[in-house]
Amino acid sequence: MPTFALVDCNTFYASCERLFQPDLRDRPVVVLSNNDGCVIARSNEAKSLGIAMGAPLFKIRKLVDEHGVIVRSSNYALYGDISERVMSVLGSQAPAHEIYSIDECFLDLDRMAVADLTDWCRNLRRRTHKWTGIPVSIGVGPTKTLAKVANRLAKKSAKAGGVLDLSHHPQWTEAALRKTAVGDVWGIGRRWSAMLEERGIHTAHDLACSQDGWVRKRMGIVGLKTVHELRGIACHALDDQPAPRQTTCCSRTFGEAIRDKGQVHDAVMSFAERVAEKVRHAGQVAGAVQLFIRTDPFDQNAARKSVSGSATFQRPTSDTRVITDAVLRIFDRIWRDGYGWRKAGVLLLDLGDPASVPASLFDVIEQPDGLMAALDEINSRFGRGKARLGLARKGGEWRMRQENLSPSFTTRWGDIPAAKMG
Amino acid sequence: MLRFVEYPTPLELPLFGSPVEAGFPSPADDHIEGKLDLNEHLVRRPAATFFVRAAGESMRGAGIFDGDLLVIDRGITPQPDDIVIAVVHGELTVKRLQRVNGAWQLAAENPNFPTLPIRDDGCEIWGVVTHSIRRHCGR
Repeated sequence: MPTFALVDCNTFYASCERLFQPDLRDRPVVVLSNNDGCVIARSNEAKSLGIAMGAPLFKIRKLVDEHGVIVRSSNYALYGDISERVMSVLGSQAPAHEIYSIDECFLDLDRMAVADLTDWCRNLRRRTHKWTGIPVSIGVGPTKTLAKVANRLAKKSAKAGGVLDLSHHPQWTEAALRKTAVGDVWGIGRRWSAMLEERGIHTAHDLACSQDGWVRKRMGIVGLKTVHELRGIACHALDDQPAPRQTTCCSRTFGEAIRDKGQVHDAVMSFAERVAEKVRHAGQVAGAVQLFIRTDPFDQNAARKSVSGSATFQRPTSDTRVITDAVLRIFDRIWRDGYGWRKAGVLLLDLGDPASVPASLFDVIEQPDGLMAALDEINSRFGRGKARLGLARKGGEWRMRQENLSPSFTTRWGDIPAAKMG
Repeated sequence: MLRFVEYPTPLELPLFGSPVEAGFPSPADDHIEGKLDLNEHLVRRPAATFFVRAAGESMRGAGIFDGDLLVIDRGITPQPDDIVIAVVHGELTVKRLQRVNGAWQLAAENPNFPTLPIRDDGCEIWGVVTHSIRRHCGR
């Protein structure tokens, strides 16, 4: 029988913030979305204060002041680096792994020859925490969906000590399913959960006991797979070879609506530079580029508009000069005066391996002149956007609001933490 | 061209076959055996290795000075006499871990600074210092 583990980092963003600032350990911490809009992550202390996921900052202002809640802007440079470390520890210990999200990883423990899997998981948990500073919980089950159920309970129950193995303790499965609300089952969205609740299906156990025909009719084959997985029949395998990324994007919501063409131009150019850097970092080339600009879709009082355009490169490229040139042409074509633009983004599409690009008869063979490599090196050493092509002005009001950003402790020399000798 | 090196980019330096001596170079030096990667030398466990900047004067006796770059390996289990990063009053602090008459303590390497006993409720050792790197040329 297959054996899956789901390893999930406990309050991951808050744990990253605390790693280099131990004085935050016992204090409630919340992390805000891009632009400091609303709460996207909470420490357990912040959860106990009743701060809801998605709450806008202004709504929790009073709680923040009264309880000394630490508020942080999201620091993806930090979270991304720590995530890579956690995944590398997990990947080195298990026969196969699948990174499911920034803070979750499935392990395939099928061929593991260990006497006691719970012990093994406890060791893995200890090792991950020791090496990376990030606490994790581990759920084990014969299917990915049951591993998820086990993980949730491992995290909640003090008795479990961060590990719950349903594969070797099938007698616990029914109780685990009874304790899991149907809406908390992997793959059951809000819409399905409302429909199920209405029909008296409240727990994962209720769902597992539903009739196949009915499930198939109401929730299709996807829903049926979920139900089978709850019964212990594996329908999802480990995708340990994720396909290379086909698109990459750099987009931002502006701090406020921008009407000025020059300002939006600058923002868009910097996104083009950033996204070009991303594909170069991945060792890929792009076949096409797309630019979009839109107003605030939720603002009832302002005129709403969304424009976009794209261009195909004659030859796949990762050269900032070619990409920004294309984005500039699209921008001039799609720009409309008279709107308050709120978001823009540049996408690179049709990404591929530079080696597989066919040469054409009329190609001017590009000599790698080292300029792009030098640009990337300067920016990685001195901070993003320090060296740029002569296209964009510095600064500008479009910049993301990040008033409470912690340093990039692990990815920028100027930001590494200080250790006191006093 | 200048080459800026940032972890985990390998820094490649040629490794020559014979020791450096005054006088004529050995013909064997024409044969390059491989490349030296400074990361390989300093970073044994990339996932567990962190860099911190030392600040203060209390570890002069251990040869660690204000502004030095410290390489920390969290994968190493701390032992007596290791130089460690300990969490003291919620701050990352550099100390020498000691065990004296069965009792653990955090010692400074400068007579002007006190040694801190580790009480029964324990103390968090954040990581073990494996290397310190000091810049000797300001240019």
